[in-house]
Amino acid sequence: MRREPPQRLVDYAPIAFPAIMLTVFFVIPFATMIAVSFFQRQQGGFYIPAFQLANYERFLSLFFANVLGFSLMLAIVVAICCVLLALPFTYLLARMSRKAQVVWLVALLSVLSLSEVIIGFAWSTLFSRTAGITNLLVMMGVMSEAKALLPSFGAVLTGMVYQAFPYTVLVLYPAIVRLDPTLTEAARTLGASPLKAFFTVVVPALRNTITATLIMVFIFALGSYLLPQLLGRPQHWTLSVLITDQAVYQSNMPFAAAMAVFLVLVTLGLVALTAFVGRKGEAA
Amino acid sequence: MSGLALSNVTKEFGAFTAVNNIDITVPHGTFVCLLGPSGCGKTTLLRMIAGLDLPTSGAIKLDGDDITRVPTHKRNLGMVFQSLALFPHLTVGENIAYPLRIRGVAKEEQKKRVDELLAMIHLSGYADRPVSKLSGGQRQRVAIARALSISPKLFLLDEPLSALDAKLREAMQVELRQLQQKLGITTIVVTHDQREAMTMADTVVVMSKGEIRQAASPIEIYRRPADTFVADFIGSTNLLDAEAKGGAVTVLGQPVSGISLGSAAKATLSVRPEDVHLTAPGNGALSGTVTFVRDLGGTIETFVDVAGRQIVAVSTPRARPDVTVGQPVGITLLPDVCVVLAK
Repeated sequence: MRREPPQRLVDYAPIAFPAIMLTVFFVIPFATMIAVSFFQRQQGGFYIPAFQLANYERFLSLFFANVLGFSLMLAIVVAICCVLLALPFTYLLARMSRKAQVVWLVALLSVLSLSEVIIGFAWSTLFSRTAGITNLLVMMGVMSEAKALLPSFGAVLTGMVYQAFPYTVLVLYPAIVRLDPTLTEAARTLGASPLKAFFTVVVPALRNTITATLIMVFIFALGSYLLPQLLGRPQHWTLSVLITDQAVYQSNMPFAAAMAVFLVLVTLGLVALTAFVGRKGEAA
Repeated sequence: MSGLALSNVTKEFGAFTAVNNIDITVPHGTFVCLLGPSGCGKTTLLRMIAGLDLPTSGAIKLDGDDITRVPTHKRNLGMVFQSLALFPHLTVGENIAYPLRIRGVAKEEQKKRVDELLAMIHLSGYADRPVSKLSGGQRQRVAIARALSISPKLFLLDEPLSALDAKLREAMQVELRQLQQKLGITTIVVTHDQREAMTMADTVVVMSKGEIRQAASPIEIYRRPADTFVADFIGSTNLLDAEAKGGAVTVLGQPVSGISLGSAAKATLSVRPEDVHLTAPGNGALSGTVTFVRDLGGTIETFVDVAGRQIVAVSTPRARPDVTVGQPVGITLLPDVCVVLAK
């Protein structure tokens, strides 16, 4: 069936509702935030409309550059860890019986429904000296005495990977299920061991899906602001933590907005770069 | 012995027996077709030969070596799947070179072999095209070339031509057979198309419900089917009830001469439509009435009703029977073309 492009105004009617919702709940708030980022902060008060670049100027310091760099690095590491773990997991999941798949997916969805706060406190208990997993290791005789594993970078990373993992699996799942299983069988008849078949056929055939998943998990991880505070030291705080701090505790909306805009721009730039590199790799 | 030998191969999926105690020997260089209706176990049998499924019991030997438990990737075979399973992220040349790349063959040698194979399948110069830009017939050839690139001992094909349209399929059948004869490679094809099996195979193995009904050359299977299932499945045939009573044989309740049912009291006669001769009624012939004439130009099919049973006669335009619908006719059954089958 061929679809005619919309001719008259009435033809656009079906998209009116989503367009209005998108405008009201996305475009307007985002535009407001951009506007606020140029406003002037009032000491002890709120802010007054103005046009100044002071908020952005303040951001251009080594301190904020470091925080931005750390935030991006953390999100990238989380995305890579999640995809490395989720890809083989989802591949095996897709080959299980229908029943087993449903059980696993429900379990993953229930993890996804946990709030960041619960995940944070659960892991801070697990990593603690008094009640954490090191006590188990001591009982098994692997370690001589229990110790606290937090605050540390490892703790932040574990918590964030745990939070993003179900999300990664759910993004990868449809593409992997749709992948023709005879491709792997064909690779095996042509002389590839199951492991070789996975790396020479499954992974390359899913290249675009993997790139898209990396980007989505990266963006997901970039917005995390509770886990770095609960599980990390101040040097592990991300830009999202500082934005929350400025907006909620310092009442400096314009500066928080400026940081948020900056974060969005850098993210968009990185995503565009990834897409560009991906397209170039395709052509070669 | 050189070639492939299956002995007592059985495959059970839970309570269901897909393949039941099968013995086949495929001498080196022969072309065997596993033929049967869907669900008869032919694909399962092929997958066991490929190592994609493990038999529940029995042994598979290739050139005398037991390969029953050898993993697929160590069997050095070539297989073409029904879906073709070309790798979408690779070009035509990379697809064909895949088995060589996996085995660590040098780049230059890979390229030389790919060029050879592309020439063999009449697609020289297509090496750098993406597989998605090929037509159905071209993909088919690429899948065949990829399976043959390591010159395997065993060439397996699972319903390889089912995705092609009728004309192309017929052409590919001839091409595939000629290629197999040129390379002298042991080949096993699974198909449900009896024309395909007749065109290509040295030996046709007719299967039903996980068992072999008959394994013989195509013409033997056509001329001397082992049972009513084979007679009915290969080509079209007229199956007629026959009875022997005190030396006299009746077919569809009418007495006939010259036909013996052996020691059986009841049997089924299989007569191919081209062996049914229409004559004038009487003279010891079966008598019936013409109900329909289907004139296809190349062949003429005459439908005759004999005692409520429809018999089809096929003739060429030269020997066009001079009959019209509603006319009473006689059918002579020649003993040498009637195959007597147990009921």
